[in-house]
Amino acid sequence: MTTYLVIAALLLIGMLVVQISKANEYINTLRGDDAELDTDRINGILWLIFTVLFLVGIVWSTWYYLPLFLPESASEHGHWIDTMFNITLILTGIVFVLTQIALGYFAWKYHGKKGKLGFYYPENNKLEMIWTIVPAIALTILVVVGLYYWFRITGPASADARVVEIVGKQFNWLVRYPGPDGKLGTSNWKLIDETNAVGIDFNDKTGIDDIMPTELHFEVNKPYLLKIGARDVIHDVGLPHFRIHMDAMPGLPTHFKFTPTITTDEMKKKTDNPNFDYEMCCDYICGKGHSAMKMMVYVDTKEQYQAWLKKQPSFFETAIKGTDAEKKIVASVTEKVSTEKGSDHSNH
Amino acid sequence: MDAKDLHHGHSEHHTGAVITDHVHYQDTEGVIRFEADHGHHDGDRNKKNFIHTYIFSTDHKMIGKQFLITGIIWAIIGGALSNIFRMQLGFPDVPLHFIGTVFGDKWAPGGKMTPDFYNMLITMHGTILVFFVLTAGLSGTFANLLIPLQIGARDMASPVLNMLSYWFFFLAGAVMFTSFFLPSGAAGVSWVFYPPLSAIREAAVGSEAGADFWLISMALFIVSSLLGGLNYITTILNLRTKGMSMSKLPLTIWAILITAILGLLSFPVLLGAAILLIFDRSMGTSFYLDKIYMSGIGAMPHEGGNPILYQHLFWFLGHPEVYIVILPAFGLVSEVLAVNSRKPIFGYRAMILSMLAIAALAFFVWAHHMFVTGLNPFVGSVFVFLTLLIAIPSAIKVFNWITTIWRANIRYTPAMMFSVGFISLFISGGLTGIFLGNSSIDIQLHDTYFIVAHFHIVMGVAAFFGMFAGVYHWFPKMYGRFMNRTIGFIHFWVTFVGSYCIFWPMHYQGMAGVPRRYYSHGAFESFNKFGALSEFITIAAIVVFLVQLLFVFNFLYSMYRGKKVTELNPWKSNTIEWTTPIHPGHGNWDGPLPEVFRGPYDYGKDGEDFIPQTVPMRPGETTHHG
Repeated sequence: MTTYLVIAALLLIGMLVVQISKANEYINTLRGDDAELDTDRINGILWLIFTVLFLVGIVWSTWYYLPLFLPESASEHGHWIDTMFNITLILTGIVFVLTQIALGYFAWKYHGKKGKLGFYYPENNKLEMIWTIVPAIALTILVVVGLYYWFRITGPASADARVVEIVGKQFNWLVRYPGPDGKLGTSNWKLIDETNAVGIDFNDKTGIDDIMPTELHFEVNKPYLLKIGARDVIHDVGLPHFRIHMDAMPGLPTHFKFTPTITTDEMKKKTDNPNFDYEMCCDYICGKGHSAMKMMVYVDTKEQYQAWLKKQPSFFETAIKGTDAEKKIVASVTEKVSTEKGSDHSNH
Repeated sequence: MDAKDLHHGHSEHHTGAVITDHVHYQDTEGVIRFEADHGHHDGDRNKKNFIHTYIFSTDHKMIGKQFLITGIIWAIIGGALSNIFRMQLGFPDVPLHFIGTVFGDKWAPGGKMTPDFYNMLITMHGTILVFFVLTAGLSGTFANLLIPLQIGARDMASPVLNMLSYWFFFLAGAVMFTSFFLPSGAAGVSWVFYPPLSAIREAAVGSEAGADFWLISMALFIVSSLLGGLNYITTILNLRTKGMSMSKLPLTIWAILITAILGLLSFPVLLGAAILLIFDRSMGTSFYLDKIYMSGIGAMPHEGGNPILYQHLFWFLGHPEVYIVILPAFGLVSEVLAVNSRKPIFGYRAMILSMLAIAALAFFVWAHHMFVTGLNPFVGSVFVFLTLLIAIPSAIKVFNWITTIWRANIRYTPAMMFSVGFISLFISGGLTGIFLGNSSIDIQLHDTYFIVAHFHIVMGVAAFFGMFAGVYHWFPKMYGRFMNRTIGFIHFWVTFVGSYCIFWPMHYQGMAGVPRRYYSHGAFESFNKFGALSEFITIAAIVVFLVQLLFVFNFLYSMYRGKKVTELNPWKSNTIEWTTPIHPGHGNWDGPLPEVFRGPYDYGKDGEDFIPQTVPMRPGETTHHG
């Protein structure tokens, strides 16, 4: 019922607008040139009003929504990105304000007036040269600074960076940490099944102690190297608080290095929000569960991290040992040894 | 200018041929009956037959109108889809029972749309608006309408190819429309159609038959686009009237020419990408697939492909595509600005050179869509440099437009309002591109609402504004009547303010990291703080959509009841389309083709309000360009 009422009301408003507009056109036709000049004047004034309200509105709404923006970056490189963002914001902001004011002001100031001609001004090479060169200089600065940060962010990880594997699948994240040996075991997509979710190849001894927790933990101020992949379709590792986006693709491993700098507890204090937590999301559409691919992320102090790590059993122990899966693995190892061939499908 | 001399001789040579052609047309009046008896010659006898006049027409003006009206229908569909998914984002608890009625109950049990339906909506919204409305609807309409009229030709170089171009577009649309009503629905894997999601049927409901229909439809669409583009280029280069050298062409025609070249060079690549994807989907090849384990299927046999290959091919079209969308708008806006400012466009040559620069660079920036795909950082850096280079010709255009209205005597028609609004939008949306084009910032903003805000403002709404400017301005030439101006002004202000209300706040969501293409942000503490803002955006989107319906009403009403055009040149414009009769027939000019003596922007020159292109240069008159 309300639907019909709304539709009826909208139709009524529409008809009203149309009738008033038609009447207005008749009047304007009768008034001739005067009506034209009035239209020009009124629209000119509207341009001026719009420009003022637009700029004021932008400043007000930015200030209003500022608290909802991301807090200070929780990673080292995130500060570089934020600096880059701010430099760009200032440079483009100046251009934005000046051009919008010029546009609104001219649109008002030069509305049509009786007996006036437009000023014949077809070109001015000097002027055009200026507004080619000035943006070129500004952009050169942005490119140089931007690429300086870009190469620092994408450069090789330090040798002591801890490796964590993140694998996307429809519709959740799988993560894998190396065990006490500090090495991730090799994995093979052909070994993936219901239990062995990332296809760890247990022929490789280094994989036996790998752990696969259900949440991500990082130790503060330690460099990490995320090794990113996917099982089925393209996903994207989104860690907005750490200023990280990196695609996760089947068959095409990617990586991202970063150093978390603010623990979860510190961030709770900084944001004055006791419920604050870091979250990992999926940033590339991957199907119907795309918006539900969430994993909690914690940045711990050294002690917290060690305590957490100690509690994590190896994946082999919890999921494989004593199950049919183990028998299968033992069988395949035996087979491999007997044929002494076992081609390596390792997925680095 | 060297180019001028070069092309001048060229055009004179060809206009000779056109004039002969004109004699042929003159003759046809008398010869028609004779030819009709033989029944194998295509001439003006088309006029007599409803089907040949309105459906299988070869008259460029009618084909232009066909593109426009088809484009309007698609725009209404595409816009309505966006309103439906905005309801999910702004008011997820409001039941929408009509979804079940129109599309089938499984898409919205109890009036609550499913994520699959949501994905289908965003996919089709993007596809329809980018390809059917802003490519075919915009280029198709104004290239067909304006090329022969503004260069002084009887029709396109190949009227039949031109007709086929429309009908391939129609067919593409028919296939796409049908896909909505498939049991598995239309494609739902986002308009960029990245495999493996789009390559494996089991990956999503939206990757089933709907995706096949999408690919077939796109292939047909590309054929349409190529037929049209070839024709536009040939016509502009060969059929210019006497005196119409390249340096005397209106900027609309320059823009369309450059657009057509871009399309001709980039669309075939998308066709290749689509064909390889069809192979991967249906014939078990592995162009884009490698090492995949699908839940429910197990390890798949595909090996050795590369999902990034598709992205390179797609964006090799996809990036020029955004210029295919915006360049015609540049042209239309430049023309409308000059006419209604009663001033020459500032820096005519710089305007052409900047469009050429943008078009050339358009082919070397595609990988800026792929900064976070693990692209080699060095390759990424090259694309940063080339991408930000585009800001320079774009800046030149903006400054030149602003200078054009400086010390003008502006006549505010709805077309002029949309042109000035276009500049504002192009500034706002263009500047955010400088953030996204810089790879280090893109790491953070990639696939958030920031990018949604950016491209909707700079190429979505701005291109629409160019289109509106064109429709209001050339409506008198299309239908011999004016559109209602008061409704036009209401349409402009609500659309302009409303569009900023929709898209400006999305920057804020983007700066908060909110990802795009999310059915719901509820699961994330970090993203679900924008409930009130989402409601506001949704309401603004619905209001803007309703005002477009007012525009459509104005369009249809004015077609039959609008104020009649009583003078040949109602806008006091210099370009030669206004020397044709108020209702031009097939062939455009009753008498001989007009001869052109000067550039199109002599407004306010030597104390005269305007000097049409057909007025010979006075002795001793100086010229700034052409």
